[in-house]
Amino acid sequence: MKHLLEKLETTKLDNRIRLGIMSMLMVNDWVDFGGFKEMLGLTDGNLASHMKVLEGEGYVEMRKAFVGRKPQTSYTATVLGRKAFTDHLAALEELLKSGT
Amino acid sequence: MRNHNEHLETLTEIRSMMERSSRFISLSGLSGVAAGIIALLGAAMVYVYLGLRPFSNYRIFYTEVLDKGKWGIGYEAFFLMDAFLVLVLALAAGIYFTSRKAKQKGQKVWDKSALRMLSNLSIPLVVGGIFCLVLYREGQILLVAPATLVFYGLALVNGSKYTLNDIRYLGLFEIGLGIIGLFFPGYGLELWAIGFGLLHIIYGLVMYRKYE
Repeated sequence: MKHLLEKLETTKLDNRIRLGIMSMLMVNDWVDFGGFKEMLGLTDGNLASHMKVLEGEGYVEMRKAFVGRKPQTSYTATVLGRKAFTDHLAALEELLKSGT
Repeated sequence: MRNHNEHLETLTEIRSMMERSSRFISLSGLSGVAAGIIALLGAAMVYVYLGLRPFSNYRIFYTEVLDKGKWGIGYEAFFLMDAFLVLVLALAAGIYFTSRKAKQKGQKVWDKSALRMLSNLSIPLVVGGIFCLVLYREGQILLVAPATLVFYGLALVNGSKYTLNDIRYLGLFEIGLGIIGLFFPGYGLELWAIGFGLLHIIYGLVMYRKYE
């Protein structure tokens, strides 16, 4: 029980917004900056800071491309990020099972 | 320690986020009901035009009337006009009810997931449309109605990966009806009315009760 809680709280996914970002990336290959903003209802600055954390952990990768003349920043989940996400979910589920 | 409910809430939130960001879920059941009613009216118009009753005729059904021109409109022009009206009205109703549902739920209608669903839906649909035009040109008019059902069903199955999963079963039913129609060509219009009319209404109601 205790180690489960620790596991949850040490990963950088113990945050609603970052978890939301990762859930979107689990079901989409690439999501652009605006897509996250819209779905999660965030400001540019707020989203950017969470993205930086995820990038720092090596959970997401960034790609810059031009759509027409507009630069567009998109993100994808890395293998490491996918594993962290599934581990986090598994830990959450285990906690729910044990902690009624 | 954070409590049980909070973890449960997080899990539910994740699930909804994954659903919402990958699937088009604003599709309204009412648009199915409306499309079904419009299709039934369209089919009824054909029966009135031909002066026939459903399930009363077989192969003579289409060929007999080829040279008749009721209400001063030729057979082909009438059929094309009727089909076109059904298509336009059903699409308009679908767009109306779906935008309304999205607005009520505070979601955007035409986002990426909508585009993804539409593009996957349209591939079998466009191919089917071309195929039916060729059938028509080759004089295989009896096969047009069942073929529209088969291709529409394939389109639904293909598009269902990007919207509510129930659509997949609707698609399978449409394909089944279409295949039956291919073997019993004289019943094309009856099956068409069941597939595009009744099934849409039933499915629309089921989905409306389930999701709205």
